[in-house]
Amino acid sequence: MLRTPLFDEHQGMGAAFTDFGGWEMPVRYGSDLDEHHAVRNSAGLFDISHMGEIRIKGEAAELLDYALVSKLSGMKDGKAKYTMICNADGKVIDDLIVYRIQTDEYLIVANAGNRHAVLVQLLNAAEHFEVEVTDESEQWVLLALQGPKATSVLNEFVDVDLEPLPYYSIASGKIGQTEVLLARTGYTGEDGFEIFIPDTEALKIFRALAVREEVRVCGLAARDTLRLEAGMPLYGHELTLDVNPFEAGLGRVVALDKDDFVGKVALEELKTQKNWKLYGLKGEGKRAARAEYEIYLPGGENPIGQVTSGALSPTLGYPVAMAYLDGSLELEIGSKLEADVRGTRIGYEVVELPFYRR
Amino acid sequence: MSNPAELQYTKEHEWVRVEGDVATIGITKYAADALGEIVYVDLPKVGSSTTHMKICGEIESTKSVGELYAPMDGEVVEANDSLSGSPETINGDPFGEGWLVKIRFTQLPDLLSSSEYDAFIGE
Repeated sequence: MLRTPLFDEHQGMGAAFTDFGGWEMPVRYGSDLDEHHAVRNSAGLFDISHMGEIRIKGEAAELLDYALVSKLSGMKDGKAKYTMICNADGKVIDDLIVYRIQTDEYLIVANAGNRHAVLVQLLNAAEHFEVEVTDESEQWVLLALQGPKATSVLNEFVDVDLEPLPYYSIASGKIGQTEVLLARTGYTGEDGFEIFIPDTEALKIFRALAVREEVRVCGLAARDTLRLEAGMPLYGHELTLDVNPFEAGLGRVVALDKDDFVGKVALEELKTQKNWKLYGLKGEGKRAARAEYEIYLPGGENPIGQVTSGALSPTLGYPVAMAYLDGSLELEIGSKLEADVRGTRIGYEVVELPFYRR
Repeated sequence: MSNPAELQYTKEHEWVRVEGDVATIGITKYAADALGEIVYVDLPKVGSSTTHMKICGEIESTKSVGELYAPMDGEVVEANDSLSGSPETINGDPFGEGWLVKIRFTQLPDLLSSSEYDAFIGE
């Protein structure tokens, strides 16, 4: 299994590990609930170096407009955009954050388990463009510092003022003598930064942030409950090669008015179909319906869909779930449903996504 | 982490304290750590009967669900109701305040000693 450059440090801190996308990653250091609450109330520090970084130079905007579903050429320098890469059938290969570094240079962050699939797809598309596609994943440690105190803490370390940097932007700066990239993005529903650090310089920066009183080091367990509360999809759960962006409620990122792009013909067709639709559900009591549990209409005999992610929400105190349900039902907010939780029907209702908003 | 020598253990990561014909059951620290922070406990009702190796309850953390296997045939005489309000007690004190149920047993199966359980979990 793959390990990040900070693996030994995590082990020394007493982390428990889990396999995630082929990586041996910290799942928690102590209590995952305390880690979750630290991000909501103060700041949490995550090693997310398993994520893939791919840099595109040259006709990068042209390549990305062709290979991805959004219009990336319209971005301003220093901005970030959430988007997806689909195959010719309009199914989701991965969801991505794309940063425009400058006019002819973009940086893409892909999910760990999809890094190679994304790279292959980009390299295939790159044959049509004057472009250089480089997998830089091994060169970067990516840290996420997330929470209401993240910006003020990080500001003490960097040589630029981060306060005025808008959400979904990226800036370069220095921590000590180390050149880093500072992106105001995240996967927790809180304000915060993702910090790209050259791997050889990462340990001392990780340690300097981790010892701060406001900061708690967090594992993937907390990251998962945080992103679920924030209604953010996780590839392999809400997004797979079986779903298209419209079913996932992410049709807003698909720019069908672009010229030809990979998946366009299929996506034009898929836009009008709604076989499945992703819903947010809120449960009664404390027992959470989890991934793959089935959902029913009240008293119904046949399932109308399945949960993709579910947990007892640490922030809200009740179970929350995202679920793909039969799109033809056109369920409204407040619709009553049931989940089969290991043989017992538990009451759920349709609620707005996200479950939590800061 | 140490597994108390005065307790006996199962391969389902439960501990058993035998006093007369009543056994107190809990899960080991190893199991509690593997589950992560426990957020919900479903224990069998007092008066219900248990069957060796049959599921009699559930323990949920934010990340996963653990099933509680009855270590022996018998009848539940007490359940630790305080856990419903503070299930995280199981993480904090798995061998003490975090006990789960007391079972009046008819027959004890073979159980592991603490050293055998240590070996089983690779300590």
